[in-house]
Amino acid sequence: MSGTDLDLTSLITETPVSVPYWAALRAGRLDFQRCRACGNAWLPPREECPRCLEADWAWETASGHGRVISWVVYHVAPNQMFASRVPYNVAIVELDEGPRLITNLLGDDGRSPRIEAPVQLEIQEEGGLAMARFRLV
Amino acid sequence: MSHPLRGKYVIAGIGKTRFGRLPDRSTISMNVEACREALADAGVEKEAVDALFVKYPTSRFESMYGQKLAEAMGIQPRVGGVWDQAGASNISQIAFACMSIEAGLCEVALVTFADNPKSGTREAYSRPRGDDAPYGWFGVPATYAMIARRHMEEFGTTSRQLGEIAVVCRANGARNPDAQLRKAITLDDHQASPWIVEPLHRDDCCLVSDGGAAVVVMSAERARQLGVRAPVPILGFGQGQTSWEVAQRPTLTETCARESAAVAFRMAGIQPGDVDVCELYDCFTIVVLMTLEDYGFCKKGEGGHFVEGGRIALDGSLPINTSGGLLSETGMPGMQHVLEGVRQVRGTSVNQVKNAGVVVVSNQGGTMHTHSTLVLGG
Ligand SMILES: [Zn+2]
Repeated sequence: MSGTDLDLTSLITETPVSVPYWAALRAGRLDFQRCRACGNAWLPPREECPRCLEADWAWETASGHGRVISWVVYHVAPNQMFASRVPYNVAIVELDEGPRLITNLLGDDGRSPRIEAPVQLEIQEEGGLAMARFRLV
Repeated sequence: MSHPLRGKYVIAGIGKTRFGRLPDRSTISMNVEACREALADAGVEKEAVDALFVKYPTSRFESMYGQKLAEAMGIQPRVGGVWDQAGASNISQIAFACMSIEAGLCEVALVTFADNPKSGTREAYSRPRGDDAPYGWFGVPATYAMIARRHMEEFGTTSRQLGEIAVVCRANGARNPDAQLRKAITLDDHQASPWIVEPLHRDDCCLVSDGGAAVVVMSAERARQLGVRAPVPILGFGQGQTSWEVAQRPTLTETCARESAAVAFRMAGIQPGDVDVCELYDCFTIVVLMTLEDYGFCKKGEGGHFVEGGRIALDGSLPINTSGGLLSETGMPGMQHVLEGVRQVRGTSVNQVKNAGVVVVSNQGGTMHTHSTLVLGG
């Protein structure tokens, strides 16, 4: 990924519930939430467990292992900020622990992965953000 | 025993503006024109209208929009307002109109939509998707592309098969003098059109359009009393909502279209084999393919094969999107499909299918988040 002069921080809105998520990434961890009441695990950060609706949860650190659910390649930049990135991939990855997230795939230029392919977390600094990307293994 | 609501309500009139680029028109103005034309088509005075259901303009949310429109039309509807299921809203509101009349809340309803994203702002279609934007996750096409990719790798669906849908919609639109884009394409044209978000080509993606369309809903009995010229019976309706964002959806390749159609088909007392024409929401070609599967016209995963060989063309066994749909007639989210469904049952379409006795119309919104189904028939 290129674009080291980008400021990506303006694209996110940290909220009380998501501050620890971004702080963990800066510290080199991908954390997700797990419900103490029912055991459900999820991302992105939210206040209540979407399964049992309780607000009794704790942060847990992901192993970093996951698999590809699907992926696309942008050929038209959505705006000027991403003009130098195209073509670039965006993927959905499911962590072994269950939560899913939007990410970018690393390795082989992201053009030949297949769904269900195993991936490994690789946190990268870009544009002032620590980003949870995944390398095809 | 037939469902008590089957055929009890009708679409009494349809109306629309021109489609395309209408830079000098406000959305209120286009809604008023569409409603005026729909009332004229039904032969009903506006004084008879006591309900106004509105889908807010997609490109710009405005609080109390339904009341602003009622003011512009000089009516005081007993029931009305704005309903937001994105592209599923129009059919859902036709259903709510029927239910409101059934409950005795009102008697004659207008259901209307207008927007001007072509001459105004298209930001709604390219917006950052929450805190995932730093990954480059923007806009609407990519979310459908994500589903299309999963479908392709899970079931072997090909881009050429998606192209079959585009070719049919564009051919039908080319024969429709009211369509915004009247240029037929070949499969090779589809394949040669540039990638937008791979695996979706430009020709897999709908138009962006200004325009408005409206329908008048009332009971079949009221239509007889008012001397409505060509009422079209509503045989069934249904809804379903997946709600999960694409990334969180447990199964990307199935949608709540299945539940929506099951309810609508049961109300109408029909099976997929009874359907003569489909007007299927086609913001992206993959939606049509998956709707055909989820509605039961073929098995899950067989949609790609189903659309091959001319089956869905005008002279095929299941013609679809006979006015061109979102891919060719207008990018309007859904109401144009209802209007064409009405024309098919009346026998007045420019691409008329012989003996169109049962017509199924689908609407959907978000990224297959919401779905609604309408069954029309003579
Ligand atoms: Zn829970």
